[in-house]
Amino acid sequence: MNLVIFSGPPSSGKTSIILKTIDALKSRDISVGVVKFDCLYTDDDVLYEKMGIPVKKGISGALCPDHYFASNIEEVVQWGIKKGLDLLITESAGLCNRCSPYIKEIMGICVIDNLSGINTPKKIGPMLKSSDIVVITKGDIVSQAEREVFASRVNSVNPKAMTMHVNGLTGQGAFELSTLLYEKEKTIETVKGMELRFPMPSALCSYCLGETRIGEAYQMGNVRKMDLGEDDE
Amino acid sequence: MMNNMKLKQLIEKYPFITDYFSGNKLDINLEEERTFTEFLDSFSEEEIEDFAIDKESLTENLEEYIQNMKEFLGIKEEKGVESLTILPGFDKSRKKEGFETLTLHKSEIISIVGPTGSGKSRLLADIEWTAQKDTPTGRSILVDGKVPDMKWRFSSNNKLVAQLSQNMNFVMDLTVREFLELHAGSRLVEDIEGVTSRIIKEANKLAGEKFEMETPITSLSGGQSRALMIADTAILSSSPIVLIDEIENAGIDRRKALDLLIGEEKIVLMATHDPTLALIGDRRIVIKNGGIEKIIKTSKKEKELLKDLEKMDAIIQSIRTDLREGRELSLKK
Repeated sequence: MNLVIFSGPPSSGKTSIILKTIDALKSRDISVGVVKFDCLYTDDDVLYEKMGIPVKKGISGALCPDHYFASNIEEVVQWGIKKGLDLLITESAGLCNRCSPYIKEIMGICVIDNLSGINTPKKIGPMLKSSDIVVITKGDIVSQAEREVFASRVNSVNPKAMTMHVNGLTGQGAFELSTLLYEKEKTIETVKGMELRFPMPSALCSYCLGETRIGEAYQMGNVRKMDLGEDDE
Repeated sequence: MMNNMKLKQLIEKYPFITDYFSGNKLDINLEEERTFTEFLDSFSEEEIEDFAIDKESLTENLEEYIQNMKEFLGIKEEKGVESLTILPGFDKSRKKEGFETLTLHKSEIISIVGPTGSGKSRLLADIEWTAQKDTPTGRSILVDGKVPDMKWRFSSNNKLVAQLSQNMNFVMDLTVREFLELHAGSRLVEDIEGVTSRIIKEANKLAGEKFEMETPITSLSGGQSRALMIADTAILSSSPIVLIDEIENAGIDRRKALDLLIGEEKIVLMATHDPTLALIGDRRIVIKNGGIEKIIKTSKKEKELLKDLEKMDAIIQSIRTDLREGRELSLKK
């Protein structure tokens, strides 16, 4: 089975892109399943189900969704293999834009949209910088110039990635994307022992452990203070 | 080569890499006497974690970026695309398309007609992807008569097709000037001022109502936006092919707009349901059931019809102006 990891900011169009891409893969007789990771809520699984795509969802709840991803991905892979899939796609929303769920040796795709503003490529960390393919969406509603500026910004933070414009509504570009997702040689049996492309941020302060009260007396562990300057003097 | 060059020397040689540093939030001020590696080594463990710095990939990417930009600059100096050839594939019922070869030259306009959902997007996608019998239609695309360089597929800075459609809007909070400067900057244009003032001049020739350099782009009227998008695409876009999805007949001089595009040596494909627009093309592609059914050359008779249509258009336009100005309406003029 092949594994492909999709990630991208919320509402960037990941699900639409994946749905259109799977459409194109089906015509090549490749069986695809999806596992959707989210933090509090998702009903995207219904959309996949409607199209007859095997789907599972994982809600991380109180945990950091990327940590949750890393602790579950092996089981997810085994589920896909048991289902007899040719290709398993995982979809997860980057929430603080700091992390990326990409694994070395596994294709990672970042979906971002033209509407998110031209400084977005700067704001997104490893999720964009360490992806293999960057899919840019919502290009049908902004001007050609803005598309070009946006793409050049993406290129300046991730010059290695291949940048594609895909339209989640009409599916323009989805067929082309689909040709890049499945390769027989990339079959894997497990992701055990593989490594994340980028370490997750160190955490563990009292708030990670459920503290709710505000104030220095309640702050323990890895705590850092903002530098607000000394302009009062 | 990069490893033993000081940042100062590197920037002197490749001025564009400052974009790479700012994109990656690397502040190289006061660091110019160091090499890039030395600069990266100066970060503490904590900073590396905080700013999500990956030294290895930053170095690899910088090399890649320089390579990309060198290629991009090289392409700018080339002549550009002279012709585009489409070789037939199949329609949805696997019937061969109704033409042998279709070659479009620069400064040529070809119209695309056919009902919604008939396969216009697919045709465009085939061109954009420079299909080599590897898309659902089985079409092949040649550039300058040859199987094209894969750069058209994979590069983010060099796309074969620029698109203009009815639904497009400006979304940035910038004035016309700032916007054009930004675009020109991303295209590594040297004479930014010259280019932006030329675009404004051309756009104002197309728009019914003139606008200023300091107007915010989001407050332009529909016609003005369209005019600015077209002038900008004609003059600044690196894509040799322009696809237009209908130009609304309001607030913009469509014929001048097309003249501007072909004057800038673009190959223009224009999807439209408007006869006045479709007949401006020298030929038109008829799409049916996912394939090109036939190609019609615009006949002399049709060109005459176009003149009549344009007269009718002019009448409607002038009545529209009268209406807007609060005059009494009549057919005489």
